Amino acid sequence: MSTRRAITEPRWVRLLLTTVALLFLGCFLALPLAAVFVEAFAAGVPAYLKALSEPEAMSAIWLTLLVAAIALPCNVLFGVAAAWSIARFEFRGKAALITLIDLPFAVSPVVAGLVFVLLFGSQGLFGQWLSAHDIKIIFAVPGIALATLFVTFPFVARELIPLMQAQGRDEEEAAVSLGASGWQMFWRVTLPNIKWGLLYGVILANARAMGEFGAVSVVSGHIRGETNTLPLHVEILYNEYNQVGAFAAASVLALLALVTLIAKTVVEWRMRHETEMLSASLSPEAAGAPPAAASAAR
Amino acid sequence: MFRSLRPLAFAAVFGLSSAFALPAAAELNLLNASYDVARDFYKDYNPLFQKYWKAKSSETIEIRQSHGGSSKQVRAVADGLEADVVTMNQSPDVDFLAEKGLVARDYTKKFPNNASPYTSTMVFIVRKGNPRAIRDWSDLGRDGVQVILPHPKTSGNGRYSYLAAWGYALRQPGGNDKTAQEFVSRVLKNAPLFATGGRDATTTFMQRRIGDVLVSFECEAELIAREFGRGEFEVVYPAQSILAEFPVAVVERVVDKKGTRREAQAYLDYLWSKEGQENAAQNYLRPRDAEVLKKYSAQFPAIKTFTVDEVFGGWSKAFPAHFRDGGSFDQIYQQK
Amino acid sequence: MPAAASRSVLPGFRIGLGYTLFYLSLIVLLPLSALVFKSAQLSAEQFWAIATGERALASLRVTFGASLIAALINAFFGLLTAWVLVRYSFPGKRFVDALVDLPFALPTAVAGITLATLYAGNGWIGQYLEPLGFKVAYTPVGIVVALTFISLPFVVRTLQPVIEDIEPEIEEAAATLGATRWQTFQRVLLPAIVPALLTGFTLAFSRAIGEYGSVIFIAGNMPFISEITPLLIVAKLEQYDIVGATALAVVMLLISFVLLLAVNALQWRLANRHSATGGRE
Repeated sequence: MSTRRAITEPRWVRLLLTTVALLFLGCFLALPLAAVFVEAFAAGVPAYLKALSEPEAMSAIWLTLLVAAIALPCNVLFGVAAAWSIARFEFRGKAALITLIDLPFAVSPVVAGLVFVLLFGSQGLFGQWLSAHDIKIIFAVPGIALATLFVTFPFVARELIPLMQAQGRDEEEAAVSLGASGWQMFWRVTLPNIKWGLLYGVILANARAMGEFGAVSVVSGHIRGETNTLPLHVEILYNEYNQVGAFAAASVLALLALVTLIAKTVVEWRMRHETEMLSASLSPEAAGAPPAAASAAR
Repeated sequence: MFRSLRPLAFAAVFGLSSAFALPAAAELNLLNASYDVARDFYKDYNPLFQKYWKAKSSETIEIRQSHGGSSKQVRAVADGLEADVVTMNQSPDVDFLAEKGLVARDYTKKFPNNASPYTSTMVFIVRKGNPRAIRDWSDLGRDGVQVILPHPKTSGNGRYSYLAAWGYALRQPGGNDKTAQEFVSRVLKNAPLFATGGRDATTTFMQRRIGDVLVSFECEAELIAREFGRGEFEVVYPAQSILAEFPVAVVERVVDKKGTRREAQAYLDYLWSKEGQENAAQNYLRPRDAEVLKKYSAQFPAIKTFTVDEVFGGWSKAFPAHFRDGGSFDQIYQQK
Repeated sequence: MPAAASRSVLPGFRIGLGYTLFYLSLIVLLPLSALVFKSAQLSAEQFWAIATGERALASLRVTFGASLIAALINAFFGLLTAWVLVRYSFPGKRFVDALVDLPFALPTAVAGITLATLYAGNGWIGQYLEPLGFKVAYTPVGIVVALTFISLPFVVRTLQPVIEDIEPEIEEAAATLGATRWQTFQRVLLPAIVPALLTGFTLAFSRAIGEYGSVIFIAGNMPFISEITPLLIVAKLEQYDIVGATALAVVMLLISFVLLLAVNALQWRLANRHSATGGRE
């Protein structure tokens, strides 16, 4: 009981910190969210539903989900590979490499779209070749996917690097020296250790992939029902003085972000379930690699 | 590690390549690249044309719409968006395509009325009862009047507003470029902010209740009324204003490639038909057809207008003189 | 340094780094080189004139200044939020946790419009601030508010897994050795957190630099006062000056790269010092 108290703060500090954090989040997150829903329902529930059941809205939702589904696996694969090589090995130019990974964030979304136009547009570097072979990249789904990959590029990697750095490589080295194959080490040691970081990275990348406007708007061509993602649909409705429709569509995006709440809960539940199963069936092995099991159980 | 990652990599590559192979729309279709407030107009116009074309040629034609900021749309067309026709809200945008060889150099001659099937003009929106007694452009330069207008460097609305004010000053007795610049800089000093576009300017004025007068297209006043209610504001017509033209053009390179020249031409021609003109009037755009204009005269008060050609010698002169970097707009802000 | 030893022990370095470099080149470096390539159509003098024009310099000051302030605000409140979310429990915690990602999912234009609605003189928040003489919307403060909003998730989300990962044993040990809670935080927890905090700060900062969509709705966009560089880029695109636009973009890119490189180098040194001492203990 006494150690318990020693590793947490006095009650008043906890209360104060929580209050300040919630006030900050209230002003910057909860109120904007509330405002979006107030606008979306300004004309009542039927108007809200009608705005969302329009075919153009439906196709925009579908396209948005498709693009996120393309972007996420690519991001995970890259993120894990990059974090593994950066956090586990020493080599020259590492700071430069990390900075290059960060760079897409600092590039204005307008410019992020523009670079793909410069590459694949009909006046671009590969434009002639592409149009000769009748391949469409920009003003079609591939261009939208590429722009989304660009703007979400750093998320998973940058989420994992500091985490893996903080964890150090002792556990993996132990696993390998105990004879685990690379793949076994990855599944049994690395992945359980980085699961939360990976999940946050995916959640962030997913939110950004679905919400990206600037870059996508440059490469989309805005063809109704074909290349309009949900954020583009929002902007067009707003510009047409359809405020309810615009905010209804925006509220869907907000809800999609909140869906991560469910995803996180499910992952948490499954992780707990799996580790219980694992420790039940593999107790001798788990005893052989104490650090891994200890952190996996947490 | 490598072997086990391979399925994932395959999945990613496959996902990408299947997206690349997305089929293009196969049936006969036209893509109309348009500016962003034109959706209502074309939503009504497209079925009219489809019906007409079906009766005339027994072809079923699909019309796809693309809406966005006018010059952004034009850049997309120049970069390969395969639009058969462009329907824009200012000439510099179509001029850019003409320069690039995508539309005919003399596109304004290909259709009547400077290739602009309808027009609009810049008017003032003021608060109910017009408390600041705003009647004409000169009132916008008065001390203490707050003017809301969109950014002249990023929006067509802003450019028309700017040129309207400039043209007004130029046409006053003794008016010249110097007095016009002085007047416009007085108006701009009264702008507490620059909205990014027409819609944003409206929100600022109507919802945030900032400013005494909003400069906007006549046709947007109706949209404002629908969104915010009619009792909230009044429309003031200045004694004279600029004539906003909405040029249309066939994108030669695309229709040649797609073989849709006949349909594209007919699609734009039909804008000048009685039905097309009525549709314009119903969307609060001033029709070119004198009879239709007369029929809807109640919603279009007479106003003296001047064109960009008359006062500025055309957009090709007005644009660089005022809106390019170092143009009159930048000079006004450099003077500080 | 155990580096040399570990290189031989742990697998996957070649394939990991190889894939990293390949994907980086494909998605980031190739497109960005197209940007540099395009801007190279300008002569050095033209490029310099665009980069050092009065308007451009003023906008760079606004952009980088506001981004820095927003990133600092986020570093402080993000640390606080992450700590509260990981360590404490309170009703509605799950909902608040999920809310953190909102700024990414909301299209930036919606964020800008909504924030302007809230912070304008007649908005939910603005109506209380304005009488105090504190104008937010349509001033540079509005830019900071928008940038704080759009980059808020970074610090929270980079810190959360790291805080979750701190072994309670260390804190217990410190407590048993007689350290006060504040000393434990300063000497034990903070060093473990700082590298991730710096990462979050860097990400928030870089994201803020490039932001366009939300800022323009709340900034007011007055030249020299509240005009951000991305707006100037858009203005150049509007006049079909694509080369000029790429020149400004390259300038932003270079400044960002240098700043980020500096922070990353610092972060890496801090992290190594921490893990090195951690290893010795």
